[in-house]
Amino acid sequence: MKSLYYQKRLSRNIGDKFFTSLSVICSLIAILPLIFLVTYILYKGGSQITPELFTLEPNPPGDDLDAGGINPALIGTLIITTIASIIAIPVGVGGGIYLAEYSKGGAFSRFIRFGVNVLAGVPSIIAGVFIYALIVSTKILFGSMYSGLAGGMALSILMLPTVIKTTDEGLKLVPNELRYASLGVGASMYTTILKVTLPSAFRSIATGVVLGIARAAGETAPLIFTALFSYYYITGFGDLFYEMGSLAVLIYNFALEPYDAQNKLAWAASFILVLSILSVNIFSRILAAFTEKTKRV
Amino acid sequence: MIKTNKKIPKNIILSLENVSISYGTFEAVRNVFCNFKKENITSLIGPSGCGKSTVLRSLNRMNDLIPNCSLKGTVLFDGTNIYDKRVDPVEVRRRIGMVFQQPNPFPKSIYENIAFGARINGFTGDMDELVESSLRKAALWDECKDKLNDSGYSLSGGQQQRLCIARTIAIEPEIILMDEPCSALDPISTLKIEETMHELKKNYTIIIVTHNMQQALRVSDMTAFFNAIEYEDGDGGKVGYLAEFNSTKKIFNSPKEKTTQEYISGKFG
Repeated sequence: MKSLYYQKRLSRNIGDKFFTSLSVICSLIAILPLIFLVTYILYKGGSQITPELFTLEPNPPGDDLDAGGINPALIGTLIITTIASIIAIPVGVGGGIYLAEYSKGGAFSRFIRFGVNVLAGVPSIIAGVFIYALIVSTKILFGSMYSGLAGGMALSILMLPTVIKTTDEGLKLVPNELRYASLGVGASMYTTILKVTLPSAFRSIATGVVLGIARAAGETAPLIFTALFSYYYITGFGDLFYEMGSLAVLIYNFALEPYDAQNKLAWAASFILVLSILSVNIFSRILAAFTEKTKRV
Repeated sequence: MIKTNKKIPKNIILSLENVSISYGTFEAVRNVFCNFKKENITSLIGPSGCGKSTVLRSLNRMNDLIPNCSLKGTVLFDGTNIYDKRVDPVEVRRRIGMVFQQPNPFPKSIYENIAFGARINGFTGDMDELVESSLRKAALWDECKDKLNDSGYSLSGGQQQRLCIARTIAIEPEIILMDEPCSALDPISTLKIEETMHELKKNYTIIIVTHNMQQALRVSDMTAFFNAIEYEDGDGGKVGYLAEFNSTKKIFNSPKEKTTQEYISGKFG
């Protein structure tokens, strides 16, 4: 008779231990890049943070004394991301609603879903080149070439698939019983979606939107072709139609400069960018937890 | 022609005429003729897969929401075939309410759960009063009058189901359809819901699908027994049909069909 006690030497138990530790090690390796990246940037950039960083314009490279600040790039990133959100969120949420609520799985909706997946896989630089060809080189926007507006459009192309997909999937998670309940008391499709299904899916949609924004905010390649870069303060509405700085492009430009001051500014900008993307991600978590709570009340 | 001139007795509120319902190419239920009486409780019983829930859902066009579901024949309500192309299903559902198998309150407060339907139906009266009277009719008022602003999910399963009934009553339908409303509930909650139904019978027509024969016996005036038979072409598929329709007393005491007798005595199902 075999003993019922756990035996360490049994080959199945050894194998079990081995694979458990292997998967633990792999998961640790997977998180290492993030830990190193964040600590390195905190270390390199954190020491460069001064109040002036947020208020000054960057100085043109050359005089190796003081690089100035990143104010125009910071504001530029905010503006360009806002423009991208204004375009991508309504279109994306609307498209997601169609896919999840109205479409009946026919050829048209299959085509849209396929298209959205393809769009999600399009390299970001292609989005930049596309807007460059469509808007920048044609000067179609009131004769302006490189502009913050064009930058926002390029980023909206990158945000769009994320927003459509999360809306679609978020709505699909809403139990059908809830739809039946609403339709059963005589609500129309439109009322049902607006008052019942969308609020129930708000949490996942909002999370997806915030993550889409975070992703777009860090993109560089599409902005090089569309918003380009600017050293100067953004002073008014008209600046939307001119070259606009952004954190990502500032990092790209200044990290390649041979001067130490500019390199340090690039590190500082990296620090700010990583920190803001991290906080947006954390914000989306809090948002999720918060809406979850209010729903239960 | 949307109104028919066919003679339908006045006490008949809903009438099925040669109704067959299919999901795609699969025929779920065939050639049903059935008249539902006003201010009566009619129960639909029968073994699984006999199409009784399908028939119930067809009565307020809930089947529209299931892809590929199609209906042949006519469902006359208030002299109108509700499957006529010109009929708006939203309007049908406002006059024929439904309570589902699983309690499905909205993720809103108890008060809002009831106010929602009334508001979208253009109710302009005193909402507080409507909420109270609906909850009273559903025998839930005493249990939740102090927590109307709590979430509907904070209630127990049985209370949630009565909240769903109250929500349906609030839109003042003429008919209330109930799809196995007690199958997810304990016996005490079930009893409460049955008491509620007896109260409601005074003003509403209720059609209920139930797997529980004792329940059909307890609550209903009329009983329709559905059964399923194999297709004539013999590929093993089954199609539902209305085997017997009579007063509950007759169905349970002296059924005409042998299968009814066998079903109610528990020989199959």
